[in-house]
Amino acid sequence: MTSQPGSDGGVPATQPVGAHIDAPAQTPSSPHKGMFGVMGTGDVSGFGGLARRAPAVADGSRPFGGYFDEVYDALEEAYPGFSDAVEKVVVDRGELTLHIEPQRIAEVCQTMRDDEALRFELCSSVDAVDYLGTDHRRFHVSYQLTSMTYRRRVRLEAAVAEGVTLPSVTGVYPTADWQEREVYDMFGVVFTGHPNLTRILMPDDWEGHPQRKDYPLGGVPVEYKGAEIPPPDQRRVYQ
Amino acid sequence: MTQSGYAAERETTEGRVFTVTGGDWDTITENIDPLSNEKIVVNMGPQHPSTHGVLRLVLELEGETCVECRPVVGYLHTGIEKNLEYRNWTQGVTFVTRMDYLSNMFNEVGYCLAVERLLGIEDQITERATTIRVMFMELQRIASHLVWLGTTGLELGAISMMLYGFREREYILDIFEETSGLRMNNGYIRPGGLSQDLPESAVRKIRDFLGYMPKKLREYENMLSGQVIWHERTQGVAVLDVTGCLALGVTGPVLRASGLAWDLRKTMPYCGYETYDFDVPTATTADVWGRYQVRVAEIRESLKIVEQALDRLRPGPIWISDKKIAWPAQLALGVDGLGNSLEHVAKIMGQSMEALIHHFKLVTEGFRVPPGQVYIGIEHPRGEMGVHAVSDGGTHPYRVHYRDPSFVNLQAIPAMAEGALIADVIAGGASLDPVMGGCDR
Repeated sequence: MTSQPGSDGGVPATQPVGAHIDAPAQTPSSPHKGMFGVMGTGDVSGFGGLARRAPAVADGSRPFGGYFDEVYDALEEAYPGFSDAVEKVVVDRGELTLHIEPQRIAEVCQTMRDDEALRFELCSSVDAVDYLGTDHRRFHVSYQLTSMTYRRRVRLEAAVAEGVTLPSVTGVYPTADWQEREVYDMFGVVFTGHPNLTRILMPDDWEGHPQRKDYPLGGVPVEYKGAEIPPPDQRRVYQ
Repeated sequence: MTQSGYAAERETTEGRVFTVTGGDWDTITENIDPLSNEKIVVNMGPQHPSTHGVLRLVLELEGETCVECRPVVGYLHTGIEKNLEYRNWTQGVTFVTRMDYLSNMFNEVGYCLAVERLLGIEDQITERATTIRVMFMELQRIASHLVWLGTTGLELGAISMMLYGFREREYILDIFEETSGLRMNNGYIRPGGLSQDLPESAVRKIRDFLGYMPKKLREYENMLSGQVIWHERTQGVAVLDVTGCLALGVTGPVLRASGLAWDLRKTMPYCGYETYDFDVPTATTADVWGRYQVRVAEIRESLKIVEQALDRLRPGPIWISDKKIAWPAQLALGVDGLGNSLEHVAKIMGQSMEALIHHFKLVTEGFRVPPGQVYIGIEHPRGEMGVHAVSDGGTHPYRVHYRDPSFVNLQAIPAMAEGALIADVIAGGASLDPVMGGCDR
C-alpha cells in the first residue's frame, strides 16, 4: 500500500463497508480450485465489497508466437531506447501486451505509428485500470493500437503511481484527446502536453475520481414502505 | 452626403444609400455592418431535438457561419462501468446492454466475447448460439441504421422518412421481443450462450421481414436519393477524408464513406463472419451523402447475412456444455416476462437437492474468471466497439471499459463544423450517428 484512501482530495475518507482495499495481494496460484468458492467475505449478494487479487502478470518468453515476434523485433530495431523502454512483455490469451516505461510512452507510440514494419495507424482505445493494493504503481494506462496495414493489434501498458504524470500521446494520435480526458476524469492521472485536460464525463466541479478502487460506488438510501435501504455498496456484509 | 469609411452615404426615405467608387467591397461592408464582425456564442443543446440526445455544442457564430465548435458530453453518464464491478460477470450483461441503447446486441456480444476469451471457452460456444448472435447483431445493425435514416431525414427536412424509419424498426424490435421478451435492453446474450432459444414464431417473423424490407428500402431510396433538397443538404457537406478519420479515430460508416474499406467483420473476423458472403460498401465522397449511401448499402448487406444465418440455423444446444458456466435455469416467457420455467422450478425444488444448490451458487455468486485482461473489437453500427475487460480471478469484473464509437467519433464534430454554415453543423453531427447513452456510459 503506497496510497491512502481519501488522500487524493475530495474522495470521501470513509471507506465503503466491506471493501477490502487492504486485502493482501494473492497470486493467481491461490488455493482456489474450480470456479466456485468465495474465500473472503462469503458474501453472495455482490454488495459486500470486493476481495482483490493480484492480476496475472507473467513474462512472455521467446518465441511469443504469431506476429508478436515480428512486432517485437521491428520495435527493437526502430526504437533506439528499446531495452530501457520495454519493462515486460506479456503474451496472454492470444494478445500481446508490452509494458512500457511511462515517460517514454509517447516516443514509443510515435515509432509504432511511423515505422514501416509496424504501422499502427489507429489508436483504438486508451483507458486505465486501478490496481490499488496490488501494485505500488497503481494506475495502468493501456493503449490498444491497431495496425490497419498488417491487421494486427498490440496493447501498450504504462503504469504510474499516484501523482506521477504521463506524457500525452495526443501529438501522435489526436484521437487520444477525449480518451485521455476520460482517464484523467475517472482516475486522476495527469497527462503532460495534453491540449485541454479537463473533466469530460463528470461535472467540472466534481470532487474525486470515480473509477478509483477506493472511491465508493455510492448512491442514495432508498426508502421502501417506511424502511430505509442503504446504498448498494453498504447493504449487506458477511464477515 | 457624408463620407463614412470609403463610401459616401446619404439618408433617404428607403434607408441609407451608399455610393461606392472603387475600393475593396469587404472593407466597405465591414465598416457599415456591425453584425458581420460580431461573434455570437450559441449553446446548441443539451436539450435540442437535432443533437441526438443530450449532446451540447458550444458554437461561436459569425452571422450564419460557425467559426468554432466545442462539443460537451457527459450529460448521460450513469457510471455503468463502475456499477459492473459490484455485480457478477453474468449480471454485467444487464448493465452493458443499456450503454448504446440503439445497439444493445453489440454491447452484449462484445461483453460476452470478452468474458468468454477470459474464460478460454471461445471455441466451446455452440454453433447455434453463434449463428443466432450474428443474426441478431445484423438485425440490430439494420434497426440502428433505420433510426439513423429516420432521425437524419427529420433533421434535414424529410420528415416522412422519420415515420418510415421507425415503422420498419418496429418489425425488428418485435422479433427481439418475441425472443427475449424485451424490445430494447434485451439482456439476451450471456457469457457462454444465450438466455433462451430462438422460438419458431421468431423465425417466421424474420422470414417475413426479409421479404418485406428490400421493397421498403427501394422506397426510401426513391424518396431521398433523387431529391434535390436532400442532395443540397448532404453533398459536399461535412467532408472528412481518410487522414482526418484515422487521426481522430473515426471508424465505421464514416470511415468507409471516405473510401477505406475497413470493417472488422472482414479485416479481423469474429463470430465466424469470415464464413458469410457479404460486401463492405464504400463511397469516396467523404461527405454526408457518402455516409447515407454506405448506410443504406449496409442494410442490404446485413439482410444478406441474416438470410444466410437463418438458412444455416440447425437445432442444437444454445449453452456451452460446461455446467459450471452454463446458466442452470430453463427460462420461459410468462405473462409477467422472462423467468424460470415452472417445470424447472418444480424439478429443482422437488427432486434434486444438488441441482438446487448448483443453481443457487451459480445464480447468486456466479462463476470465477481466471485473472488476465483481454480487448475485443467488434464492428458496431457506428464503428469499432472495443471491450477491455480485466479479471482478478474473482466472480466480479475487476474493470470493464468500453471503447464506444459514439464517444470517439464525436471528436470529429469540430473538424466537420468549423467554417461551415450552422445548418451543416446539424447535418455533419447527424452523419456521425452519435448515441449519447453509448458516448457517456
